[in-house]
Amino acid sequence: MSARGSRSYTGESAENRRLLLLRIWITLTLILGLNYVVWRWLASVNWNTWWISIPLVVAETYSIVDLGLFGMTVWRSRQRAEPPAAPPGLTVDVYITTYNEPPELVLATARAAREIRYPHQTWILDDGDRDALRAASAELGVGYVTRGEEWTGKPRHAKAGNLNNALMQTTGEFILVLDADMVPDPAILDRTLGYFAADERLALVQTPQYFTNVPDSDPLGSQAPLFYGPIQEGKDGWGSAFFCGSNAVLRREALMGLGIMGYVTATERAVTEGLQTARGIVRRAVRRASQPVEREALALTSAAINDALASIGNGEPIGEVTYHLRTRITELSRTIVAGDLVQISADLDELGFSDHGVAVQAREVVASLASDELSPLNALDAVRRTLDALDIGRSDEAQALLPMATISVTEDMATAMRLHAGGWKSVYHNEVLADGLAPEGLDAALTQRLRWAQGTVQVLLKENPLFLRGLSLPQRLMYFSTMWSYVSGFATVVYLIAPVLFLVFGVLPVNSYAAPFFLRFLPFMIANQLLFVIASRGLPTWRGQQYTLALFPLWIQACVSAAANVFGGVPLNFAVTPKVGTSSRRWDLRRIRWQIVTAVVLVAAVVAGLVRLLLQGAEAVGTLVNIGWVGFDLVALSVLVGAVRYRGYATEEEEER
Amino acid sequence: MTSFRTDQAGEDIVVVRIEGRLNMVAAPELRDIIAQAVASGRRRVAVDLAGVEFMDSSGLGALIASLKTARQAGGDLRIAAVSEQVALVLQLSNLDRILKPYPDADAAFAE
Repeated sequence: MSARGSRSYTGESAENRRLLLLRIWITLTLILGLNYVVWRWLASVNWNTWWISIPLVVAETYSIVDLGLFGMTVWRSRQRAEPPAAPPGLTVDVYITTYNEPPELVLATARAAREIRYPHQTWILDDGDRDALRAASAELGVGYVTRGEEWTGKPRHAKAGNLNNALMQTTGEFILVLDADMVPDPAILDRTLGYFAADERLALVQTPQYFTNVPDSDPLGSQAPLFYGPIQEGKDGWGSAFFCGSNAVLRREALMGLGIMGYVTATERAVTEGLQTARGIVRRAVRRASQPVEREALALTSAAINDALASIGNGEPIGEVTYHLRTRITELSRTIVAGDLVQISADLDELGFSDHGVAVQAREVVASLASDELSPLNALDAVRRTLDALDIGRSDEAQALLPMATISVTEDMATAMRLHAGGWKSVYHNEVLADGLAPEGLDAALTQRLRWAQGTVQVLLKENPLFLRGLSLPQRLMYFSTMWSYVSGFATVVYLIAPVLFLVFGVLPVNSYAAPFFLRFLPFMIANQLLFVIASRGLPTWRGQQYTLALFPLWIQACVSAAANVFGGVPLNFAVTPKVGTSSRRWDLRRIRWQIVTAVVLVAAVVAGLVRLLLQGAEAVGTLVNIGWVGFDLVALSVLVGAVRYRGYATEEEEER
Repeated sequence: MTSFRTDQAGEDIVVVRIEGRLNMVAAPELRDIIAQAVASGRRRVAVDLAGVEFMDSSGLGALIASLKTARQAGGDLRIAAVSEQVALVLQLSNLDRILKPYPDADAAFAE
């Protein structure tokens, strides 16, 4: 794939023909898959060894569902025609986000960003707050943004916080987000802004992330041709092209809308929780109250709080409800003041002050004595707390508005999902418009993959797309599909254990490895592999398949740590992916120890299987099937051999010379 | 919490010192304390408000009710050492003409 060669669009009729073939093949593959898995459940589970048979058939069902979601995705993987022309006069901010990347790298990106043809303002968003970068930005004539005092002691929210901070300091209608290592093409805005002019409900145009420091063999599986090809196009076809954090243009209005919506939700929650706490305090205070007047005031306050909570429950606007509650408490205060004044007036009359001047009826006197500062209700701590609950400042955050979602370490996915839920649209424009750098060492690559997986699972657990209000059914499934695929680690473990059990102990999870098995399994497996070939239009997808299997411990780690984070508040220890200087001079075996153990066990199982076949007369067909199965696993795992031996792109080039 | 201290300052004079907020919750207690003092023959009451940082209409009501109690027993009630906030409440309710603040408790019944 050359840098500009990612667009293979040849016209609508060619696309139609390609999609027709693809859809026929998806249908065929799914029919074969269902035929297989139904037979597995109904006729071939060996219940005598249910402890492995059931996990296996569940894992296979997982895979069929995964395939179904993939089929649905690529069903609509239509390439877009030429984009509409960018109209003049739009205002654009180009954000280059950086945390700890070397200044030369950031500045190279900034220089390229300055050269983008469409009029714009370039900004370096330096979360590292580095003086050298600040000075260099000024020299280069680009803006420099870093966090201010207000962030001290508040949650920083990583990259999402960096972007949110900048959103409050610049004014462009559109924002191009670039990672520090994504060097933009001068045409990037000319090729993307037209979409926004054509549709005012469009919030996002995402372009591919393509890496130039990756050899064709792609030992670390850095390029994601399937994702930045048919999968994103398919999601686009279903109205849910994802935001991937960089190389994307966003509409400020949409982001601000999210920020405001988030503020309203957070406020509603804060007021509701505040009022619930206050109600508890008021109730306890009523029981302890010594004076009748006090008890009565508290009882009335309690009733007012109950009504306010009921109104919030009925969906009435928070502003109205809090205003109404305040009014009622003020009324209560005035009633008490008026009562006091009547009594004072009566006392004075009795004492013979005929002209005492206590104007009982004077509203201003009552109002001023019942004001917030002078109100008798100030005596009641519980009532004061109730009023405090109505003061909404979001003091736990540095910013009242948080446009970029902060619920996950993958703020991009969470933000896009909320945009879609809010009725905003997105476009995937499949044309490489930025040249990026991928991690050059296995350790860094694994850290990056782990973060993506953790972030995705966090979103699943915190804002499950299946239940998020505002998404269409296809949009729900498109988000769920990505999340579903990150659970694969558990299924892989079963796939790895089952053949070992057969080869070593003769444990058979399937009733038979005879003709009925092959007649159902082989056609499905062949159709499945061909589906990837057809869907990917010949792009290399094998690396991706290998890594999906080989990184199973990482996927499991991601699921477990994300669950511990969401449910137990355990921090993720997430690290910014280092991209430069990450190539390794030594073999990183520590992080792939589980895969090494697995490979050793698999090889030993093959030996054991052969011994049992030759010496003990084990079932021949079953043994061969399982040896083939183990062979496939080993070939997939072998991707890590190339990965640990990889010494970075520059080294590779040198060796070729 | 509001606290009260009563000191005998003469044959029939009592000084009531209030520390804290003279509000809805504290008002009834003040009324009781003064009623007891008056009942035991100390008909002239000086209320020292130096320690009162806040008074509301209920506190004011207690002062007037106590004034009535003292007057009906043939005595009087005077207030002393009022803070700005107390002065404001007296002024808002036009009662500064009836309860004239004295600079301190000793001055209240000095004549």
